[in-house]
Amino acid sequence: MGRAAYIRKRLLLMVFVLFGVTIVIFGMVRILPGDPAFLILGDRATDQKAAELREQLGLNRPVLEQYWMFVSGFARGDMGQSLLYRQPVGDLVLRRVPVSLALAAYAMGLAALITLTFGILAAINKGRWPDQLIRIGFLFALTTPNFWFGILLILLLGLTLRWFPVAGFGDTAVQHIWYLFLPALTLALQLSAVLIRNLRGQIILTLRSDYVRTAHAKGLSESLVLLRHVLRNALLSTLTIFGLQFGFLVGGAIVVETVFALPGTGQLLIQSITARDYPVVQAITVISAVLVIVVNLMVDLSYSFLDPRVTYE
Amino acid sequence: MSEKAFGSPHLAEVVPLSKLGRATRLGKVRVDPTLLTGLVLLGLVIVVAITAPLLTPYDPIEQRFTEAFLPPFSPGHILGTDNFGRDIWSRIAFSTRLDLQIGLLSVSFPFVFGSLIGIATGYLGGTLDTILMRIVDVLMAFPFLILVIAIMSILGPGLTNLYIAVGVVGWIPYARITRGETLATRHLEYVLAARTIGCSSLRIMLRHILPNVIAPALIYVFTGMVLAILTGATLSFLGLGPQPPTPEWGAMIAEGRQYLLLAWWMTTLPGLALLVVGVALSLIGDGLAERRGG
Repeated sequence: MGRAAYIRKRLLLMVFVLFGVTIVIFGMVRILPGDPAFLILGDRATDQKAAELREQLGLNRPVLEQYWMFVSGFARGDMGQSLLYRQPVGDLVLRRVPVSLALAAYAMGLAALITLTFGILAAINKGRWPDQLIRIGFLFALTTPNFWFGILLILLLGLTLRWFPVAGFGDTAVQHIWYLFLPALTLALQLSAVLIRNLRGQIILTLRSDYVRTAHAKGLSESLVLLRHVLRNALLSTLTIFGLQFGFLVGGAIVVETVFALPGTGQLLIQSITARDYPVVQAITVISAVLVIVVNLMVDLSYSFLDPRVTYE
Repeated sequence: MSEKAFGSPHLAEVVPLSKLGRATRLGKVRVDPTLLTGLVLLGLVIVVAITAPLLTPYDPIEQRFTEAFLPPFSPGHILGTDNFGRDIWSRIAFSTRLDLQIGLLSVSFPFVFGSLIGIATGYLGGTLDTILMRIVDVLMAFPFLILVIAIMSILGPGLTNLYIAVGVVGWIPYARITRGETLATRHLEYVLAARTIGCSSLRIMLRHILPNVIAPALIYVFTGMVLAILTGATLSFLGLGPQPPTPEWGAMIAEGRQYLLLAWWMTTLPGLALLVVGVALSLIGDGLAERRGG
């Protein structure tokens, strides 16, 4: 299969998955026994409020029509009305998306830096103390709850040493970088913990291959072989793992935003859940799923550009 | 054990005797340091969970306001007390029961259901397989935590709902693992032999394939437990887990947040407990995976 055919197939699959995602979210309230309006309203439910909500969400119409309203609304950017803020959900969510995206991008940048540094360091010192130290250090990062780690960073670098602010987002670009450092680091360390394991293994595997021996035999320097020949191939597999981990990054960001009081979508999601603001929960869930789908598509497609040998099956 | 016997029966002859001699053997089980450390740590945690009431004279939810905010190593309170004067050590010890239970119960349904689904779709293939893979594609598109949170938002907070929410997505890794293993196994000779002598598909799947594909899924259980315990702690940190005053590590961390400068131990110590359990389970998982791989 050629690249064009593969991309067509991948896009088709993406459309199907998007369809599935909307079905899951749409079905979530409706599949449960009982009146969805009462389910959403919880303790606040009165007959009148429930009737209003049924009208607002279109729950009194046929299911197919409801689904169509839901999907077409999303496509137009109309995601309904927040029950808590009494504002369009779209405005509410989109205003907060840049903060979350900035945090995710920042965390990915830091994670790339950390992964490359320690992944290479561990691989070239395989079995020796730097390798063991990195392994144990990042095993801790992997098994540490990120909210706890974030709080420790706040306590140590924020409150005690006063190097970094402990909450908020700042006003200027420089301040953003400053304010977002600790939350991004919290996310990055956990992400790197998974990536380093993979990169280390891949580098060790690649170092054994024939073309690396040839490069050495040609008299290329150690660092040149490593950076130009080994790393480029080793990174391919790490990229896949990154794609798979992206969902965890998005989920982790929600918790970290809450810990660092960042005005992002994560904080909104947690608020909305406590307030049972279901339209907002629904919108954020769909948006984050779309983000994961798009990132994984990009990861898959980028293979062919990084490695011309890749054939699609 | 059995998968080695079927997968590569000739390997036993190739291993040099000198290598066999070097390995530490406890009965038939070779124990490597990673696995051993993990097992010892987990053993300690389990002992704490079982003997919690014997380890501390205090009730984990009893409030004594005259003894609030005592630092660690105070007389009578080895790990100090919290804002309500509750003994932190007894809260951590009792919470061990809850968090281990969360880990165990959260993986048991996904493990059984996921493994069976994976074997069935891998062996039978066809439409069933296609449907499963598409369901997996869709569920994998959701960030795990966000889907769990969204489900909890409808079901409401609490332990039972936590198990349900984690179970909805938790089975996927097991299904993927056993499906892959089954695909590799279904054309092996012993499966063909079983079919030739007239075994039913059900019997082949349960008696012949299952014992040979279950090991990797079983190893993943430890990763799954770490993930489940962290997810449980996260939800309870966010206020969606077991409700106060039930001692739970995530909730304890959340409670201590507002007293960070006043009483650092309120947040730090429960996190360390989570860390110990997480490291123990990860080491066991790693150790088992290494044994299988090497």
